[in-house]
Amino acid sequence: MTQQVSRYEHGSRIPGWDDAVDLTKDAAVVPDPATTPVPAALRAQIEAAMARYPDARSAAIPALHAAQELHGWCSPEAIEQAACVMRLTPAYLTAVATFYDMLETKPVGRHAVYVCTNISCSLRGADALYDAVREAAGDDPDFNVRAFECLGACDIAPMASVNGEYVGPLELADAATLVEQLRAGDEVLPEKQLSRRACADPGAAS
Amino acid sequence: MRGPGGGVVSQKLLFDRIDDPGLNTLPVYEARGGYESLKRALAMPREAVLQELLDSGLRGRGGAGFAMGKKASFLPKGTMDKYLVCNADESEPGTFKDRELMQKSPHMLIEGMIVAAYAADINRSFIYIRGEYQQQAAILEAAIEEARAAGYLGERILDSEHSLDLVLHRGAGAYICGEETGLLDSLEGKRGNPRLKPPFPANQGLYQGPTLINNVETLATVPHIIAMGGAEYAKLGTETSTGTKLVSVSGNVQRPGNYEIELGMPSREIVYGLAGGPEPGREVKFWFPGGSSSPVLLPEDLDLPYDFDAMAKAGSMLGSGAIIVVDDSVPVIDVALKLAKFYRHESCGKCTPCREGTNWTVKMLERIDAGEATPMDLDIIASVQQQIMGNCLCVLGDAMAMPLGSMVAKFRGEFEAHIELRRGQAGLGAPVEVLA
Repeated sequence: MTQQVSRYEHGSRIPGWDDAVDLTKDAAVVPDPATTPVPAALRAQIEAAMARYPDARSAAIPALHAAQELHGWCSPEAIEQAACVMRLTPAYLTAVATFYDMLETKPVGRHAVYVCTNISCSLRGADALYDAVREAAGDDPDFNVRAFECLGACDIAPMASVNGEYVGPLELADAATLVEQLRAGDEVLPEKQLSRRACADPGAAS
Repeated sequence: MRGPGGGVVSQKLLFDRIDDPGLNTLPVYEARGGYESLKRALAMPREAVLQELLDSGLRGRGGAGFAMGKKASFLPKGTMDKYLVCNADESEPGTFKDRELMQKSPHMLIEGMIVAAYAADINRSFIYIRGEYQQQAAILEAAIEEARAAGYLGERILDSEHSLDLVLHRGAGAYICGEETGLLDSLEGKRGNPRLKPPFPANQGLYQGPTLINNVETLATVPHIIAMGGAEYAKLGTETSTGTKLVSVSGNVQRPGNYEIELGMPSREIVYGLAGGPEPGREVKFWFPGGSSSPVLLPEDLDLPYDFDAMAKAGSMLGSGAIIVVDDSVPVIDVALKLAKFYRHESCGKCTPCREGTNWTVKMLERIDAGEATPMDLDIIASVQQQIMGNCLCVLGDAMAMPLGSMVAKFRGEFEAHIELRRGQAGLGAPVEVLA
């Protein structure tokens, strides 16, 4: 299973696709700094990102990453704050956020568990693993279990990215362990972390 | 004189003692002779460095296989804002070589970028790393800071005339951003939609300025070319596919992983010798030679040398160097459906043939699995693939059409048997007899 895309009636992926336009409403504008409170740390983070590029707009993704980290997802409030600092309309940043898989446009659990279900992992049992992880996490609102496209770690297939930490090769029994360790706040499957793995090429060691 | 070629390189270049502890830090990298190539390059005129790159015959390691030196020479000369962008998006399914390089030897990439920027007279550079590589991004960020503090980055590098600014940019999860113009749009803070070409990035790329875009592995090879000399490097590999290549082997093999080989090595030796081949009792059914976007090849093609030309001659491509092996326990339709769903999800939606073609291909394959298809649907699937190819701004649609088309062509019998099996299970009765 690849990513399940929720669709509205008529097949649209866009929430509010059939809402009538409110003609009495003013056009969306860049949020007014006087009426949009932005946490100082977030503002500093976004401004630092903007300063790194010849064109400040390049900081759109870093700004959304920062806002998402603070708010848990790219909520309308998070986007408003990022737009206020970047001097862009919220609509522009919403358009950017909806394009990228890692930017969440709906509320999600704080533990991101991306199970790779692309070809190399699925050849080694990723679909069953994904089901096992989903079952282990149950309906715990703290978990954001997603089937993800190739995460670039087919050498440890089947694998998952747990809050950014790559672990694999995973067995079905690891699903429950992984969820328990996350709940307890422990390190996740330390012996299966990619960062501790040596290169497969035997010639690389000599 | 051409070297023997075609074997496992005894002396690794990119993977030389890659697991040395602390190689990701500057002191260890320098102790092993790191940044010596940079010093050597800065003592040479720019044109001479570019000539070394041209002499090396190094072809891009990201997928297209375009000669790196030639690409660098396309950039206009003169004083203007020019950009170097390292494509570290590595999202082609099956590919994970750049990840290992960046994680274990980030300074090799940084050194390569400084030298490449010097050769093409560029003062601003970016690394676009995929958002999922959070650890690698942190390692690279630390390495860039170290390099800057040591004077390898910034104004007047090592008291030369060359200055270079390097910024690490994290993406946020989109396959299309590995496509060079989609990457540029994403780097400019937009949705990652590909652009119409021409103008090519070498003339009008990032912020409308001339831009050189190269893959991580390509740039990480540059210091080795400077160290050994372009002509010497060209002796590795074959006549038209020079040098060494990192190969990511995955799927149904016993030892999946990254291996550094000399181009031209027999494919069988990679799949069986290095990666151990399929589990005992299993046979290779088909394999992707260059990531999921490359047309599949059959077991007999394993005798081909693994290089750019041999793969192209066999009707496929070397691509990113990601070999995905599928064994005989896997139904071909499962792989086809997996692939089609991936490309449907990742299509940016800008061009109709790709947006609709990927969607309808998934629907038709699901129809087969639901038992509602007839063998005629295979012809329709094949014709849809034909209509996608070459009709879009970028090659994402082609990337589905090529492997899908090759699967339907090479495994038509299996598809037909699957259609009839499912029809029977769905109670739709015997298939219509085919008239000869």
